[in-house]
Amino acid sequence: MSKTDTTENTSSALVSAPSQGSSVRLTGWLILIVAAAAIASQMRWDWIMDYYPLLWRGLVTTIILVIVTSVLGLLLAIPIGLVQVVGPFWLAWPAKAFCTVIRGTPLLLQLWLLYYGLGSLFPQFPWIRQSELWPILRQAWPYAVLGLTMSYAAYEGEVLRGAFAGVGKDQLDAGRSFGMSERQIFRRIWLPQAVRRAMPTLAGETILQLKATPLVATITVLDVYSAAAQVRQSTYLTYEPLLLISAIYIIISLGILKIFSRFSSSKQVRLAG
Amino acid sequence: MSESEGNASTEAIHAEQIHKRFGALEVLKGVNLSARKGDVVAIIGGSGSGKSTFLRCLNCLDHPTSGSLRINGEEVRFKPDGHGDLAPASRQQIRQLRSRLAMVFQNFNLWQHRTLLENMIEAPVHVLGVPRKQAIEEGKRLLDRVGLNDKHDAYPAFLSGGQQQRAAIARALAVDPLAMLFDEPTSALDPELVGEVLKVIQSLADEGRTMILVTHEMAFARDVATRVVFFHNGVVEEEGPPSEFFSNPQSERLQKFLSNFN
Ligand SMILES: Nc1ncnc2c1ncn2[C@@H]1O[C@H](COP(=O)(O)OP(=O)(O)OP(=O)(O)O)[C@@H](O)[C@H]1O
Ligand SMILES: [Mg+2]
Repeated sequence: MSKTDTTENTSSALVSAPSQGSSVRLTGWLILIVAAAAIASQMRWDWIMDYYPLLWRGLVTTIILVIVTSVLGLLLAIPIGLVQVVGPFWLAWPAKAFCTVIRGTPLLLQLWLLYYGLGSLFPQFPWIRQSELWPILRQAWPYAVLGLTMSYAAYEGEVLRGAFAGVGKDQLDAGRSFGMSERQIFRRIWLPQAVRRAMPTLAGETILQLKATPLVATITVLDVYSAAAQVRQSTYLTYEPLLLISAIYIIISLGILKIFSRFSSSKQVRLAG
Repeated sequence: MSESEGNASTEAIHAEQIHKRFGALEVLKGVNLSARKGDVVAIIGGSGSGKSTFLRCLNCLDHPTSGSLRINGEEVRFKPDGHGDLAPASRQQIRQLRSRLAMVFQNFNLWQHRTLLENMIEAPVHVLGVPRKQAIEEGKRLLDRVGLNDKHDAYPAFLSGGQQQRAAIARALAVDPLAMLFDEPTSALDPELVGEVLKVIQSLADEGRTMILVTHEMAFARDVATRVVFFHNGVVEEEGPPSEFFSNPQSERLQKFLSNFN
């Protein structure tokens, strides 16, 4: 829902920003720090000590959610993208349908359908209630992980479809002409080149994934947003908790960019055509 | 295959009655061509006459529709591929044969995500199973040989076309091929870069490498080839040693074709 067509522009702008001049960045930071100090001194922050464990738990949940669902989602996105480029229609078609449906409906709706729909369907089957998995299925987080993973897989499946198709057939033929197996060609040429093409977009998409995580609060998962919401309810403070988690989201975003820029700068590549 | 069985030790490539069809278009209409070890066979011919397609059939990048193929005395086993063409019957065999026929492409086709040195060791290490350290030594030596001493760690996209093509030739040499297949190696280059690549190919001919070379560089073909073959419309229209081929062309089509280059 929060992911739009501008993703590519946004993300490449974000990724290239650090290289465009550290003085701009420095000035930005300075303004931010001064403003933050001015505001902060006018506000109440004593609650942080009391609610520190709750916020910490929420923060850890948010970070784990982003990492786990992005990694799982990407692993799913690879075959989803690939079969749309080379697969037979009976694989390509469902993959396309999956992407279209997931990308075409709000993530909030998907989470609710999973949690309130699937989650309330399960108990009606005794064999599920008696299974080993039941203690897990009774909780909310599996549905959050599933929903966010599917969302990431659908968006990144689409990104990777384009990236796979964009790798020149010549590159693969060169591998074949030296006797590489199709598997080696995929693992050693096609996949790495596709991922490298997709990297700038993936960085932006992962930040969007982070910003989608507060939705899990609506299915009772305690992430950093819902921790802040609890603080607001019990302290009647309006802005302070929201400002705190805004800062937290910014820091995590910067961390994500840092991780991705490390990936792509470790191999300084300009992919031709 | 019986008639030339006796030459098996000197024969590198033997293609017989190669046909290739793309849908309704028959691109190759029964091409016969063979090369002995040490031969440099230059293939010339007009655009669309099937030169590239023939080269790609030799290592089965394109599946021939019919015909037979013998590489280094070994018959390539085919089976129907379900689309009306012949696919290699044994993946094992075709991979092994491909690794013995190194190809140099018109557009270089160096792997863009790897440095030159990484390009060099890819096939030796992952196809032939050469120890990595040895492949690196050899890769460096070959890059130096084609004059890329200072470019081992450069990515292909940062190099000129001439440098990329020289690297691509070095990459082909790295598998110590039985024969090398060149598909218009200088056609994508700026005129001032053609010479440096031809010089490398010349040096390979001088050391007795077996090569099949599709080219539009007539003067070069004349210098370097042991035999020249003229493709027209999917068949070998005329062939012969370069001296006769160029000074005394028999067929009218070849005469007309050659007149374009004078
Ligand atoms: N994959 C393909 N699918 C359909 N047609 C093809 C394919 N590859 C080649 N052709 C056709 O086969 C014919 C011969 O092509 P080929 O590339 O072998 O010619 P060529 O002699 O190499 O020409 P050039 O000098 O322009 O490189 C052309 O008409 C081309 O359009
Ligand atoms: Mg061609």
